[in-house]
Amino acid sequence: MITPAESLTVRLTVNGRVVEREIAARRSLADFLREDLGLTGTHVGCEHGVCGACTVLLDGRSARSCLLFAVQLDGATVTTIEGLTPPDGLSPLQQAFCDTHAMQCGFCTPGMIVATTELLENNPEPSEDEIREALGGNLCMCTGYVNIVRAVVQAAAASPGTARGIS
Amino acid sequence: MLAGGDHDVKILAGGQSLVPMLNLRLVRPSVLIDLNGVADLDRIVPSPAGGLAIGALVRHAALADSALVKERAPLLAEAARHVGHPAIRHRGTLGGSLAHADPAAELPAALVSLDAHIVLHGLRGERSVPASECFLGLLTTALAADEIVTEIQIPPHGPGWGFAEVVRRAGDFALAGVMAIVARPGPSRRLESVRLVGFGVGDRPVRFVEAERIITNPAFDARADVARVAAAAAEACDPPDDVHASADYRRHLAAVLTGEVVGQALARLDGARST
Repeated sequence: MITPAESLTVRLTVNGRVVEREIAARRSLADFLREDLGLTGTHVGCEHGVCGACTVLLDGRSARSCLLFAVQLDGATVTTIEGLTPPDGLSPLQQAFCDTHAMQCGFCTPGMIVATTELLENNPEPSEDEIREALGGNLCMCTGYVNIVRAVVQAAAASPGTARGIS
Repeated sequence: MLAGGDHDVKILAGGQSLVPMLNLRLVRPSVLIDLNGVADLDRIVPSPAGGLAIGALVRHAALADSALVKERAPLLAEAARHVGHPAIRHRGTLGGSLAHADPAAELPAALVSLDAHIVLHGLRGERSVPASECFLGLLTTALAADEIVTEIQIPPHGPGWGFAEVVRRAGDFALAGVMAIVARPGPSRRLESVRLVGFGVGDRPVRFVEAERIITNPAFDARADVARVAAAAAEACDPPDDVHASADYRRHLAAVLTGEVVGQALARLDGARST
């Protein structure tokens, strides 16, 4: 008979740093990042996969950190908004969010930046429709989508193919 | 552990439906079994007959992007592209979607349209269930308590397919959607192997049997009979009535979308024949 585990020890890479921890089985990746690692840039909005504020890159692809358990990620690589931010200053995409007033209250911004970082990696010159589709899973409760789309357009135009924070 | 009855167990695959339910405390299992570490469940393998064998853990993004799926089951690739948002498609799995059995989901309807078989594995061994017998109602399937989905077998299908859905925003569950498969296997003009399936219009994927019968009639004329086909589709629906759309509106959508997908499927079929 297998006994269910209440906690597991996992080893994963977060923003380039190897982390080995014993983690409660029920802990979400979002809570693990925020509470255990202090990476509070990942925001927790709806906690059921609708709002996109907690989006991170898991092995290079966007995923909802509120819908993952941290103990599932043994051997995985996670990149959060902190990992997309250069040591000095801002990435071109982050700068574009500032320049175009796309931040607004700022709650959705980390998820927006993570999702559009992925978009621009796969598609350095997206159309406005493609930007809107890529951001379809990220809600801005200020409803400031026009400026967010403008920021992504500006970032793509400013540095085609190199919009990622740290290359 | 699934069969033992000592624990209230749920199987975790991509977690894009189950974990929201856990977070909302709508389900409270005492044990979760994570399938993600199981080897070989994430493969897409061509079958000798020209179809596909797809592992239960294949993610929606893999279905949508796979050259093999686009070539051998383009309807399935198209349906997968319409599931949720990129972050959802990176995690959600085909096996999980069909085990969850949301009546408004694209993939269960695609499997019914494609006449897929679902391979289930349990204590008594393995069995294969046709997709049309797998979905029993709202979030209810033919899976026994000790069974998991291991593979989805897709028979070959021809070029005659159509897909259309109406959503409030890209990535939402559809208010209503319809998929079509039509084939003309013989030398005559007669259409056969017609499958019309609606989603979001009942408590499970709904086959529009009467509409299919009109199309397979040797006297079927696409232009003259499309209104009858659409009306028969609407008649087969028993859609929900909620804040997003009334039942009448969903029935109307099913009729309009049926006309659209039959048109798509016939155009693709004729296009393939003339080239």
